[in-house]
Amino acid sequence: MADQVKISKRDRIAVWWRSTFIQGSWNYERMQNGGWAYSLIPVLKKLYKTKEDRASALKRHLEFFNCHPYLASPILGVTMALEEERANGAPVNDVAIQGVKVGMMGPLAGIGDPVFWFTVKPIIGAIAASLAMGGSILGPILYFVAWNVIRMAFMWYTQELGYKAGSKITEDMSGGLLQDVTKGASILGMFILGSLINRWVVVKFTPVVSSIKQQKGSYIDWGNLPNNMEGVKQALIQQADGRSLSMVKVTTLQDNLDQLIPGLAGLLLTFLCMYLLRKKVSPIWQILGLFAIGVFFHWIGLM
Amino acid sequence: MELNVIQIILVVLVSFLAGMEGILDEFHFHQPVIACTLIGLVTGQLMPCLILGGTLQMVALGWANIGAAVAPDVALASVASAIILVLGGQGTKGVSSAYAIAIPLAVAGLLLTILVRTISTGIVHIMDAAAKEGNFRKIEMWQYIAICLQGLRIAIPAAMILALGAGPVKSMLNAIPQVVQDGLSIGGGMVVAVGYAMVINMMASREVWPFFAIGFVLATIKSLTLIGLGAIGLALALIYLTLSKNGGSGNGDGGSTGDSNTGDPVGDIIDNY
Repeated sequence: MADQVKISKRDRIAVWWRSTFIQGSWNYERMQNGGWAYSLIPVLKKLYKTKEDRASALKRHLEFFNCHPYLASPILGVTMALEEERANGAPVNDVAIQGVKVGMMGPLAGIGDPVFWFTVKPIIGAIAASLAMGGSILGPILYFVAWNVIRMAFMWYTQELGYKAGSKITEDMSGGLLQDVTKGASILGMFILGSLINRWVVVKFTPVVSSIKQQKGSYIDWGNLPNNMEGVKQALIQQADGRSLSMVKVTTLQDNLDQLIPGLAGLLLTFLCMYLLRKKVSPIWQILGLFAIGVFFHWIGLM
Repeated sequence: MELNVIQIILVVLVSFLAGMEGILDEFHFHQPVIACTLIGLVTGQLMPCLILGGTLQMVALGWANIGAAVAPDVALASVASAIILVLGGQGTKGVSSAYAIAIPLAVAGLLLTILVRTISTGIVHIMDAAAKEGNFRKIEMWQYIAICLQGLRIAIPAAMILALGAGPVKSMLNAIPQVVQDGLSIGGGMVVAVGYAMVINMMASREVWPFFAIGFVLATIKSLTLIGLGAIGLALALIYLTLSKNGGSGNGDGGSTGDSNTGDPVGDIIDNY
C-alpha cells in the first residue's frame, strides 16, 4: 500500500512524555482513562484524519483503564502498534485493543507495585531520609535524581519494547524475566525492610531495672585523680581500659532487651501493626494511637 | 518569622507542584524529603526543613496508592508542616512538633484527594462529549484542568496557613506542653512501624521471610551503612535466583559452546586479561 502511516520516533517520545501525566484526571468511575487518551493523542492524530475515525478512536481509549502508572508504558507501546496496524487496514477491532489493554494491566500492575513502591522507593527513600536527617542536602538531590532516572529510563525502554513486540509482548511478560525481577525485588525488599526496622523503629524503655554499686577498680575514681589536665588524661585512659564512668552501674529495661538482640521491641511492634492491619484496623488510627501511647508512656515515665 | 511577597509566591508554587505530584506520582515533588526541602530553600530555612523532610520520609516509606487502597496524603502533610515549621521560627528545635502536626494533616489531605477524584469523574464525562466530536484540543485542555485541580488541592490550604500568619501558628505551637512534645517525638519513633507493616503485608511470602531475618540481624552491625546493606541484599537476591533456577547444581548456562563463555562476564575479563 502506498499510503502507509508510520508512527515516528518523535511521536513515541511525545507519548512517553505525556504518559507522565496519565494519572492527572484519575477518577472513581474509569480511573486513568482520561490520562490514557491524553497520552495517545499524538499517535491518534497521526493515524486518523477524518472526524469519524478520530471520534471512534477517542471513544475507544476513554474506556476504563487502571494500572501502575509506570507499567502503563509497555501497554501504551503495544496499543500504539495495534492502532498503527488498524489504521493501515489490518483487521484489528475494538475488542482486540480493549482486550490487550485489560489483559495486560492486571498482571503488570502486579509487577509495578512490589518493584517500584515496595523496593525502589523504600530503599532510595531510606538512604535519602537518613542523609537528610543528618542535615545533608545530598539526601533530597539523590532521591530526585535516582528516582527520576530510573523511572524515565524504565518508561521509555518498556514503551519501546511494547511497540516493537506488538501484541506478542503478552507472552514475553508471562515468561521468565519479569517474574525473576518481581521475585528478586521482593527478596531485596524484605531484606532491606528487616534492616530498616532494626535501624529506624525506635522503641526505648527507660525504667531502671537495677543499679548495682560496683567494685573498686572497675570505675573511674574521680576523687583520686590529679586536679589538672593530667587528671583528664588519666580519666580518658581509664575509660579506654573499659572502666565505667560512675560508681553505680545502671541497667535499664532497654539494656536487658538489647542483650537479646538490639531492635527487638521495634520488631515486635511491627508484627503487632501487621496483625492489626490484617484485622482491618486503619493505618491512620494506628498512627494516631502510637502518638497517644508515646505521650502517655512518656508521661508515666515508661519511655 | 515573616515571609516577603516573593517567598510567599514561591511557597505556593512549590505547594502546587507537590499537589500535582500527589496524584501523578512521577517526579516525586510531593515526597517529604523533596517537598520540605524545597519549602526550606525558598524561605531560607533549609536546615530545619531538610531534617523535617528526612524524618517524615522515614514514616512515609511504605505509603503508596495501590488500586483502591488509600494512603495518607504526604503532599499536604509535608508542605503544611514545613510551612508551620518555618512560620513557628523555632528552627531545628521545632521539627518534632511540626512532625506530629503532619500526621493529622495527612488525613485531611486524604479527604481532599477523594474530593478532587470525585470532581474528576465529572471531567471525564466532558471528555466523552469532546470525544464524540473528535476534538483532541478539548480533551487535552480538560486533562490539564484536572491536573491543576490537584495542584490547587495543596496550594489553597498552603496559602491559607500563610494568610493565618506567624503569630497564631507560633502561639499554637507554644501552647503544646513539653511532656506532650517529647511524647510526640517518642511516638514518632514508633509510628514508622505502621508503614513498614503495610509493605510487609503486601510483599511477604514463605519464600522471602528468611531474607527479612538476615536483614534484621545484619542491621545490628552499626558500621554497615544502608548502601552496604543494599549491596548485600542485592547479592543475596541474585544468588537465590540463580540457584533456584539451576536446581542447585552446576551451571545451567547449557549449550554454551566455544570459548570461555561461562556466563560470568567478570570471570571472562579476568581470564582474558
